[in-house]
Amino acid sequence: MAEMKFIGGYPEYMRELIEVVNKTRPQRKDYTPAAMTAEERKEVLAVHPDYAEGGKRAISIGQNKGDMGPNEVIDLLEAYPLIEPADIDLDKVDYSVDLLIIGGGLAGTAAAIWANNEGIAAEKILLVNKLRHGDSNSIMAEGGTQAADRENDSPAIHWLDAMGGGHFTNKPDVLKGLVEDAPYIMHWLKESGAMIDQDEAGDYVERWGGGTCRKRMHACADYTGLEELRVIRDEFRTRKIPVLEHNPVIELFTDGNRVTGALLWNLETHEYKIVKAKATILATGGFGRLHIRGFPTTNHYGATYDGPVIAYRAGAKLKDTDTVQYHPTGAAYPQQIIGLLLTEKLRSMGAQPVNVKGEAFVFPLEPRDVEASSFIRECYVHDKGVVTPTGMRGIWLDTPMIDVKNGEGTTAKAFPGMVRMFKRFDLDIVADPVLVFPTLHYQNGGVETDPWGKTDLDGLWVAGEVSGGVHGKNRLMGNSTLDCLVFGRRSGMSAAKYLKSGAQSGNLSLTHVDRYVTMLKEAEIAPERKAPILLPEYRGKAVLARMIDV
Amino acid sequence: MNEEKSIMDIIADANKAVTTGIDSADIEHWVNIYIMGRGYKVPAGLTIMQAMEYAGYKFITAAGCRAGFCGACATVYRKEGSYQLKTAMACQTRVEDGMYLVQIPFAPAQEAFYDISKESYNAAMLLKHYPEVARCVACNTCTKACPQDLEVMDYIQAALRGDFEAVAELSFDCIMCGLCAIRCPAEITQFNVAQLARRMYGRYGMKEPEHITKRLAEMEKGNYDDDFKKLLAADIEELKKRYADRKREAD
Repeated sequence: MAEMKFIGGYPEYMRELIEVVNKTRPQRKDYTPAAMTAEERKEVLAVHPDYAEGGKRAISIGQNKGDMGPNEVIDLLEAYPLIEPADIDLDKVDYSVDLLIIGGGLAGTAAAIWANNEGIAAEKILLVNKLRHGDSNSIMAEGGTQAADRENDSPAIHWLDAMGGGHFTNKPDVLKGLVEDAPYIMHWLKESGAMIDQDEAGDYVERWGGGTCRKRMHACADYTGLEELRVIRDEFRTRKIPVLEHNPVIELFTDGNRVTGALLWNLETHEYKIVKAKATILATGGFGRLHIRGFPTTNHYGATYDGPVIAYRAGAKLKDTDTVQYHPTGAAYPQQIIGLLLTEKLRSMGAQPVNVKGEAFVFPLEPRDVEASSFIRECYVHDKGVVTPTGMRGIWLDTPMIDVKNGEGTTAKAFPGMVRMFKRFDLDIVADPVLVFPTLHYQNGGVETDPWGKTDLDGLWVAGEVSGGVHGKNRLMGNSTLDCLVFGRRSGMSAAKYLKSGAQSGNLSLTHVDRYVTMLKEAEIAPERKAPILLPEYRGKAVLARMIDV
Repeated sequence: MNEEKSIMDIIADANKAVTTGIDSADIEHWVNIYIMGRGYKVPAGLTIMQAMEYAGYKFITAAGCRAGFCGACATVYRKEGSYQLKTAMACQTRVEDGMYLVQIPFAPAQEAFYDISKESYNAAMLLKHYPEVARCVACNTCTKACPQDLEVMDYIQAALRGDFEAVAELSFDCIMCGLCAIRCPAEITQFNVAQLARRMYGRYGMKEPEHITKRLAEMEKGNYDDDFKKLLAADIEELKKRYADRKREAD
């Protein structure tokens, strides 16, 4: 094959296709396709990876036996532990704390601060993280955080938007907690020093999110998660709350129906450590790196579903394991950034999805599952996608429309992160559209929670993406950073209350792991898989073929 | 289109290199790189991170978000035949022929301790917590080291003047990888100075929006309790109807 000729980062043939998009832009400026009716939504969802045939099976053991989930998820629930419980010496406790927090994204970090605010001394808290404190999906959140704080908006409208977006499967009382606390969370962020976009008068700039009927998306340019995380992590650090990085949890300890601590594994030295805790908050995030149905992902390197795996073994209930959120606009080109997120805020500010013929074919701000499905349908059913040099198909996201609609310089100011990411690969999103395709983004379900982050196990709370219930079967934009901050705070406060009411340490045991192994054997599940997997595998196939395990 | 393959199968096939690792059979163009001095032949067009994985490295440290936001994959390199040391994020930089690579996953940088609610918003406070800022020799090495292309030296100069707003604006895109501090001959921890300045500006320099204060007072009074009582009592059909009847505010 001859070397491809590139013009402005695009091969010649794609450059010609961009001309088609440029040509129709003036007509599209004042035209937006109508939002879909309930029936139209239902029809397009047939090609969504959650609803398309195959890819799923029922959980065969445990408290959620019979529930459906993606094969990649069930594989991990039906996997053997990394340890033989009998090999672990439970007599030597390495850390004995009041509160153990597993995970250092927005949720875990907020939980630590609020437990501390409620009277739990910093030295009685321990936060452990698989990667570094803050290496998380939270830090990558771009578009914004929802909070109903404008005159024409209310927490009740926010609730109804989220309930409809979740197809009425959200836990109503948990969702109430989310939307009720949102205005306070914006206040707390400001008080902590977060730089949230304001207009001249000092009001927050608030924009559309997919599936909302009010503009309530607060942002920090397109680095919203980065700014929120940086600020509250700094607050955490200045309080000298102990933190242990590169120490993932590989099992919980139980004492009957109660969680009493966790088993850590040092990623670098491979040594295990025992943490005894009176209360434990699980905030391990999501599962993008499982690449469900072979999709690329927006998620960070450690998003491997560790939390639900260990909590399920300990007896916690899961909820909505059957749904996965695919973000409509993952990068489809260039190859180096396939799957990475192009924030929904681009569409909030006018960027239009356009097919290979230069036609706007869908309302740009449908709920994510509907929008993503319409892209898949346009590419694979209507055959109006653009084929990339690596054989992917994609839809144009017409980013130059942002400056056309809002004035020159808007894109550079509102999307420094997006502009930078593409510039690194010689692409200019101000001048040219970008190619997108749905990407695996979010774990909608998880460990079932109540409005205070409590699970059905004593001493165990969950917060953030690892939890299940608040978003039901589909989350709206801007509700995940909010979820982390609201339920991080709530779980920290609730655990503090529990601790102050005189909770004592329990015994440390791994009998639940033995019991789980017995169930696996009884279900005749072969011991080929182990979990949690901790990190995904991307090494070259040629190297793996010649690897010797020493 | 192949009739036997479902749409999902076709999509999964097209993404295989990204989701399961690269098969050398699919590669046409190659480059040579050096990881801590050892040579490896890797596919052209990958990021440094993907190329190292192709070469057989499974990251334990020095990989985080893989999308340019967390700063975990700070990398120092030079090109064959050049003495210049350059910096990059491994997840956001294309691998080039003749790169000598090493990763700096951790910066042992000092951080000040403070209670933001008790600090006063005055020009001297940054120097109180980070007196070494005064040692800046204006060599601009920090700016050259920044993988986000920020004007790091300019914001350190602004910090010297106590100009919180300028530090905040100039440093806003900082991912705190620490490469500036590692390269600084005056041993300033630029990224930590900037963090403090941004928080001070966010808390004291920016306004508290009135609509938030108002809404919090309304919530306190229980103004929305009745709305929620109704919503929580409604059955699904009623909710569906209310949802369909929502009026979207004007653009």
